[in-house]
Amino acid sequence: YSTEATFETKPYKLHRLESGPSTTVTCNKEDALHMYRQMQAIRRLETSASNLYKEKAVRGFCHLYSGQEACAVGMRKAMSDVDTIITAYRTFGNCDQVPLGAGLGFAHKYKGDGGINISLYGDGAANQGQIFEAYNMAKLWNLPCIFVCENNGYGMGTSAERASANVNYYTRGDTVPGIWVDGMDVLAVREATRFAKQMCTDGQGPVLMETATYRYSGHSMSDPGTSYRTREEIQEVRQSRDPITSFKDKIINAGLTTAEELKSIDNEVRVEVDKATKDAKADGEISLEEIAADIYALNLEGPVRGIVSGDSFKHINIGPQVNRK
Amino acid sequence: KFLTVRDALNTAIDEEMEKDERVFVMGEEVAQYDGAYKITRGLWKKYGDKRVIDTPITEMGFAGIAVGAAFAGLRPICEFMTFNFSMQAIDHIINSAAKTFYMSAGTVNVPMVFRGPNGAASGVAAQHSQCFGAWYAHCPGLKVISPYSSEDCRGLLKAAIRDPDPVVFLENELLYGIPFEVSDEVLSKDFVLPIGKAKVERAGNHVTLVAHSRAVATSLEAAKELSGSGIDAEVINLRSLRPLDMETILTSLAKTHHIVMVEQGWPGAGVGAEISARISESNAFFQLDAPVLRVSGADIPMPYAKTLEGASIPQAQDVVRAVKTMLNQK
Repeated sequence: YSTEATFETKPYKLHRLESGPSTTVTCNKEDALHMYRQMQAIRRLETSASNLYKEKAVRGFCHLYSGQEACAVGMRKAMSDVDTIITAYRTFGNCDQVPLGAGLGFAHKYKGDGGINISLYGDGAANQGQIFEAYNMAKLWNLPCIFVCENNGYGMGTSAERASANVNYYTRGDTVPGIWVDGMDVLAVREATRFAKQMCTDGQGPVLMETATYRYSGHSMSDPGTSYRTREEIQEVRQSRDPITSFKDKIINAGLTTAEELKSIDNEVRVEVDKATKDAKADGEISLEEIAADIYALNLEGPVRGIVSGDSFKHINIGPQVNRK
Repeated sequence: KFLTVRDALNTAIDEEMEKDERVFVMGEEVAQYDGAYKITRGLWKKYGDKRVIDTPITEMGFAGIAVGAAFAGLRPICEFMTFNFSMQAIDHIINSAAKTFYMSAGTVNVPMVFRGPNGAASGVAAQHSQCFGAWYAHCPGLKVISPYSSEDCRGLLKAAIRDPDPVVFLENELLYGIPFEVSDEVLSKDFVLPIGKAKVERAGNHVTLVAHSRAVATSLEAAKELSGSGIDAEVINLRSLRPLDMETILTSLAKTHHIVMVEQGWPGAGVGAEISARISESNAFFQLDAPVLRVSGADIPMPYAKTLEGASIPQAQDVVRAVKTMLNQK
């Protein structure tokens, strides 16, 4: 077998950039297997979450990420330990986290730790004003920030075209340079992230990145996801553009691995996720003593009022309070 | 006849749109998707793109657009998928909608409705499970409705749409699917309830439970339980948080001499706190045989874990406990 192989990505689209990431990317065996494993782990975990939700073991909202695995894994692979990343549910929908991400980038620059921040949001959230406010300040102050719009085509049940007058999200930072990348190709995402990260560490941040991807499930568990798009559309993506299957074919054809080797990874991942699921189900709920825990790092109000006049809970602190000192 | 809260809201909007060409609905997923909680079901098919409008996920923008449209004489219904998201747009609700009439010396009134689900939902934790009743009731210029039953929803939403001022209409997601028995009068197209009038849901002589929204159900349940102990509780459904119907509360106080406030929102600077203060400020204070007690949501962000969530929201037994404490009963 070969230990390293070269692949061609789809061309990137560039905004306010002379040159972009390389379309020729290399990947060694170790990284290939690692990324494959991570994508499979996400897919399996999402399936498990979906099942747990259906059997009512998971409460509240459940927004699945299946179909978008290459985005998360490709970006993570380009990050160092000091870098930070911020996201909302399924990494999009909300956008409150984008200015927060710019704040994390601000702190990297302020502290001079060499790190960068990646802020993730979706095509649905991409239209909110505070995103543009964050772009502007990040550009004004040269913050080491990568703003990543994971465009899966739908903000809830509304297609990108019905929500955005300009669906070229990578161009929407105005003066902020942008890169469109095939979000179904983990190697392309990794390469584009490396490129953007380098720009940031060279003091040329911020950078905007649009990863073109797809979500297989509905927006949330209450959305069958078929009223605003066709089953055929979903099926077509699964068959021709699935981030895991396409990567699998690629690395096998390049001689980096074999179907058997990947099969054994699949099995390991299955065992791992099954065990985690079992452990989670066996684990009890947190106790009532924690009901008034960590409302304040430094509580100044004494006991916390309960439901009826005279009722109270003891305020306790449990968490590590990373910013206490 | 039975009518769900969802259908009560849906028919109210439908009828007011039919009646008044200026009424339109704007919000996320209100049109093609039929509403995230299906309150606008069928309306896009009936009224089309002009009057049932899907927006991008941009509360600050579309709430501002709705307020501007109201400045120009239209009658917007601005749907927030939930009131949690109204925080994105609160500047337009407080500063643009509530104050423009005053600031324009009574020239530009703002006839519109901000509506959507509010309050504790189920299993959605700190950011998605909270009551904004006290927040909005704090602001002069707004009218704030917190309905409980299908009758409330139908009669008060129609009134809100017709009202010349901005109305914040706080629905409750957990009540949407509940069928309430309604009279023929409620189903009539002319049915409207007056904004600012509370409803005595249950008459009683020993103690008055004052509640709004889902806490009315909790209070009614508690009243039933209390009757087993020989305690006869009166239950007042506030319906409106601004204006507050103090008259109904004080009339009841004169009869029972005991008041317990029941609400799901936080206690501090809350609806119960306001009512208690108004009683303290008036001669009605001397009618009290015991201090006013509040039964409210615990003073914490909503936990996700089921047991903790349950321990944060008032249950009937909490109301029973408060009443028995007040009346010195075991």
